[in-house]
Amino acid sequence: MNFIKKSPWILHYDGSSCNGCDIEVLASLTPLYDVERFGIINTGNPKHADILLITGSVNEQNIPVVKQLYEQMAEPKAVVAVGICATSGGIFAECYNVVGGVDKVLSVDVYVPGCAARPEAVIDGVVKALGILEQKQKRMRKRKYR
Amino acid sequence: MFTFILRIIGIIILAPLAGGMLTGMDRVITARMQGRQGPPVLQPFYDVLKLLQKEPIEVNLMHRFYVYIALIFVIFTTVIMLTGGDILLAIFALTLGSIFFVLGGYASNSPYSLVGSERELLQMMAYEPMVLLTGIGLYYADNSFFIKDIVSAQAPAILSLPGIFLGLLFILTFKLRKSPFDLSMCHHGHQEIVQGITTEYSGRDLAVIEITHWYETVIALTLVFVFFATKAPVSYVFAVLACLLAYFLEIVIDNGFARVKWQLALDSSWIITGVLGTVNLIILSFFR
Ligand code: SF4
Repeated sequence: MNFIKKSPWILHYDGSSCNGCDIEVLASLTPLYDVERFGIINTGNPKHADILLITGSVNEQNIPVVKQLYEQMAEPKAVVAVGICATSGGIFAECYNVVGGVDKVLSVDVYVPGCAARPEAVIDGVVKALGILEQKQKRMRKRKYR
Repeated sequence: MFTFILRIIGIIILAPLAGGMLTGMDRVITARMQGRQGPPVLQPFYDVLKLLQKEPIEVNLMHRFYVYIALIFVIFTTVIMLTGGDILLAIFALTLGSIFFVLGGYASNSPYSLVGSERELLQMMAYEPMVLLTGIGLYYADNSFFIKDIVSAQAPAILSLPGIFLGLLFILTFKLRKSPFDLSMCHHGHQEIVQGITTEYSGRDLAVIEITHWYETVIALTLVFVFFATKAPVSYVFAVLACLLAYFLEIVIDNGFARVKWQLALDSSWIITGVLGTVNLIILSFFR
């Protein structure tokens, strides 16, 4: 049985977002959307997290931060890019300091479009990531028994 | 002898299951209080089973060792208490378990877990006197440190120890890691020092910490149970009801208060201990 689907813990990192997507991410914790129904917890600690949720684009200064957060997470782990900024840089793409979407630094598993991404879309993206986590876990186990 | 071993195995298996169920109910009730639907009741078990399946990350050699030692001492305490053993031994074994847990926090060298460990020590300083007074008070009431004698007394201990019981309820908030006294680590995400002592733990080690907490919940509620149980079997029903009520009260308090500073936590619990605990003991000594 794969329990990772039943209890995905999230680490939310704000790249260089305008805060619009962050508010929507937090909105999914509110009573209206209540992601804890799915066992989702916003941990704020990479060592406990299963899913890295990044809002906003990556800029020159936070490349090492994003990389380190990802490296501190235990396998299996997934990356969800929330908002068009995290996907491609969005309206900030032309800025002198912006590198682009999260996929310039990490391999992204799920892209959630929208500016700002709606809470429904954020939750949908996380649920999509669950399937990916499950596959990753299966692969992990195979590696272990080989 | 054989049934005794069977009983111990039963306690070791059933106690965390009960603790986990309580935690699950806690999360559902908390969610309902906040107007949310909340996770399934079995969510804590899903969490722990997930953590067991995750990749183990080793910070250093000693780091995880302390957590396992803490678990062993907490299991030992649970077995002593539920087989009706010596309450003093139980209290000190529990303290030893907590100390090892704190050492685990210090072992990682992360600033977050250092702050968490320090606060855990302060918390222990705050609640230990009351726990000790509970043991002493129970001895005054029933002339025995053995739980099996205390729960088979004529009258429930609460009648002679109302003050001590209230004091115990106060410090249960520390033991159950509830707001306003969840300074060292807490179950809600996003607090000011993230996850305190558990910051550097992941995977299986974190699961062990969670299971340790389930045992601790059972231990804390057993202390409540002892105050209500008497020779009559009916009293056991009341005692269990009292335990559930105490737990519910803790959930209400958890949702109603913000975390306090350690100074206030320490002062308030010592004042409560000093006033309720000692006055109760002094009055009791007049009637002996
Ligand atoms: S996608 Fe839109 S709302 Fe989200 S961070 Fe970018 S600009 Fe802001």
